[in-house]
Amino acid sequence: MTFKTGCEITCHKFLNEDGSVVGILPEFARDAREMVPLYRAMLLTRSFDEKAVALQRTGRLGTYASSLGQEAVGVGVAAAMRADDVLLPSFREQSAMLWRGVGMTELLLYWGGDERGSDFTDARHDFPICVPVATHLPHAVGAAFALHRAKSDAVAVAIAGDGATSKGDFYEAINAAGLWRLPAVFVINNNQWAISVPRAKQTAAETLAQKAIAAGIEGIQVDGNDVIAVRHVVSQALKRARRGEGASLIEAVTYRLSDHTTADDASRYRDDEDVSQHWKSEPMRRLKAYLQANANWGQDEDEALKSEIVKLVDDAAQSYLETPPPPPQSMFEHLFAELPAVLEQQRAMIVARAERHA
Amino acid sequence: MPTQILMPALSPTMEEGTLAKWLVKEGDEIRSGDVIAEIETDKATMEVEAVDEGTLARIFVNEGTENVAVNTPIAVIAADGEDVSAAAADGPAATPAAEPIHEAAEQVPSAPALSEVSTAPEIEASTAVDPEIPAGTEMVETTIREALRDAMAEEMRRDDEVFLMGEEVAEYQGAYKVSQGLLDEFGPRRVVDTPITEHGFAGIAVGAGFGGLKPIVEFMTFNFAMQAIDHILNSAAKTLYMSGGQMGCSIVFRGPNGAAARVAAQHSQDYATWYAQIPGLKVVQPYSAADAKGLLKSAIRDPNPVVFLENEILYGKTFEIPKLDDWSVPIGKAKVARSGTDVTIVSFGIGMTYALGAAEALNSEGISAEVVDLRTIRPMDLATVIESVQKTNRCVTVEEGWPVCSIGSEIAAQLMTHAFDHLDAPVMRVAGKDVPMPYAANLEKLALPNVDEVLQAAKAALYV
Repeated sequence: MTFKTGCEITCHKFLNEDGSVVGILPEFARDAREMVPLYRAMLLTRSFDEKAVALQRTGRLGTYASSLGQEAVGVGVAAAMRADDVLLPSFREQSAMLWRGVGMTELLLYWGGDERGSDFTDARHDFPICVPVATHLPHAVGAAFALHRAKSDAVAVAIAGDGATSKGDFYEAINAAGLWRLPAVFVINNNQWAISVPRAKQTAAETLAQKAIAAGIEGIQVDGNDVIAVRHVVSQALKRARRGEGASLIEAVTYRLSDHTTADDASRYRDDEDVSQHWKSEPMRRLKAYLQANANWGQDEDEALKSEIVKLVDDAAQSYLETPPPPPQSMFEHLFAELPAVLEQQRAMIVARAERHA
Repeated sequence: MPTQILMPALSPTMEEGTLAKWLVKEGDEIRSGDVIAEIETDKATMEVEAVDEGTLARIFVNEGTENVAVNTPIAVIAADGEDVSAAAADGPAATPAAEPIHEAAEQVPSAPALSEVSTAPEIEASTAVDPEIPAGTEMVETTIREALRDAMAEEMRRDDEVFLMGEEVAEYQGAYKVSQGLLDEFGPRRVVDTPITEHGFAGIAVGAGFGGLKPIVEFMTFNFAMQAIDHILNSAAKTLYMSGGQMGCSIVFRGPNGAAARVAAQHSQDYATWYAQIPGLKVVQPYSAADAKGLLKSAIRDPNPVVFLENEILYGKTFEIPKLDDWSVPIGKAKVARSGTDVTIVSFGIGMTYALGAAEALNSEGISAEVVDLRTIRPMDLATVIESVQKTNRCVTVEEGWPVCSIGSEIAAQLMTHAFDHLDAPVMRVAGKDVPMPYAANLEKLALPNVDEVLQAAKAALYV
């Protein structure tokens, strides 16, 4: 007997590269002015990334992963979420984190090597940035399990990169989420590159979204440079999850216009011409064109917004730079809920040494 | 010659079982392959097939008999042409039971020559009374397996956020039957069977812990937790620290650790020292049932990740447990399991069987050994070890794991630092041999420590 499994992956898109609309816009986007906050959030992210890279280049920040060209993914995801949903970001999702209420100063502290940056003032039930690749995907299933147990209709939403889909964590997570029909949404920010490894060398699968089929969950592809489309497919996935219809895997197709991180030089392994081509489809330009055509978005407004954002980012950077480094004894803080007595001696030694050198 | 049918073993670690049912009766003709009886253990039911042909001459063990030791003759078959009544007349003792294959792993102490020590001064054996048990408390005989189950059940009754997750923990009641009855009492929402996905369910449980639940993760054995170690170390142990205190998890990773019997190199590994090195983890390895229960309850309540190392060989061992409403043992506190004055033997988990056996043997030779049961590996109660060594001036460490960078190495280093002037001899380490666990029964026995090695190490430390 032969079984043939059909595989049909739909790619969603509403905005063309020139800002013109494809098909019928979802209800939330019917009033074009309502899309200004999305534009603002993407602009904020781009400006924040620029500042962070500048701080790193001048020795005032650690290694940083810019999200240049991918701002629509995180903003679209976060804009679709409710406050009581749980976000599990990987290390390139500052756009989603900022929307969720994490402060720019907190993010800079984190990337500057200060763990206090992950002790968010807001969004306290969101998970901290996950630098190990894909290990937060099983965590998302656990978070969804906890939400389900609590009879909440909130959803756990994890964002990971395309490289993450080659890891065991990814398969183990989507398998369990499918098996237990848990309220989880896995978003793959497919920026085509895992450091220097192109998407084509990651898997023979035609799409990453189709990996959902083996796990028995919904698989959707979306133009990751179209913030309206991202927000729409994530909203739909969240609705399904809230109704008890289980998890979804969303592949947001975008492109990493920046280096992998500030420690990387992408010009060594990819063609500048290829990168230039992708600039044409980046997400900011098409949304701005859409707003200009449909929301009466003018150049003055745009300039005013940019100035406001630059000031916000500068203030955050200043606040970060003025934050004193963590005190020596903090090395032992948060190791356990209560420090075991045997470590108190080590802590006292560190403090005494620091005082001697002070 | 009549053939005796012996009580079979379902697994290398099975010691006894119930003869549930005879499917044949005396006088029946039996052909090879006939199912003649059903055997039950707490883990499984097995049909016994006849290998030999003939007439069932006599049944020695009636159906319904519990606790029938493996290799006990349960019936006898007379071969064709043999005198059935004569075969039946052969009692079960007539033919010695074959050497059970698993016995190779049982640590039979090599008995000291007791007759030679009659001139040695008699030392009254003094067994320390556990100070945590109020005098007059009723003691109940309990296996480690039941003690662990009771601990989980009590904590699950007490706290709705506690749940158990792992392979085979629900319907099958645990690969080693530790979770017996939990599914019936708490239902599938709190006793969760997982796919075979150690890395996955460890990560899922950590995520659930971050989400406010209190997971108990059962690894079928800690050998399989090697798949999951990234989530134990990087996710569970470090996230509270790396999130500036925002997000931690109250989680227990538990399961059998170390060698069982005849399961070869990949399935016999002792991880005590691996986990003991990780900041952010607490690591517990109990020996007695009272400690297993009391420490598991403490581990479940602990707001930090706890690695709780059990031992398959010990699951079926019976100990006395105090009958108290809420018996718990604090994490981070060692116990003087036996008081003595001449040498300190420090051990934990199954290593305690060798330590206590050696202390008993030493006592027969007029040497008074104090035995310290660490119970918690991290944070280690060094004060109790040091206090003991200050009294005895000699120390032997005992563990089944490998000697390099072992728990014994750590204790030796700590004693060098904190009790150098009290040591009258080098600290002696008794550990597993520095080889992957051999599969062959004779080699496995040699690779593990034993009572005699502890005895010799103690004598070396005493220069006798």
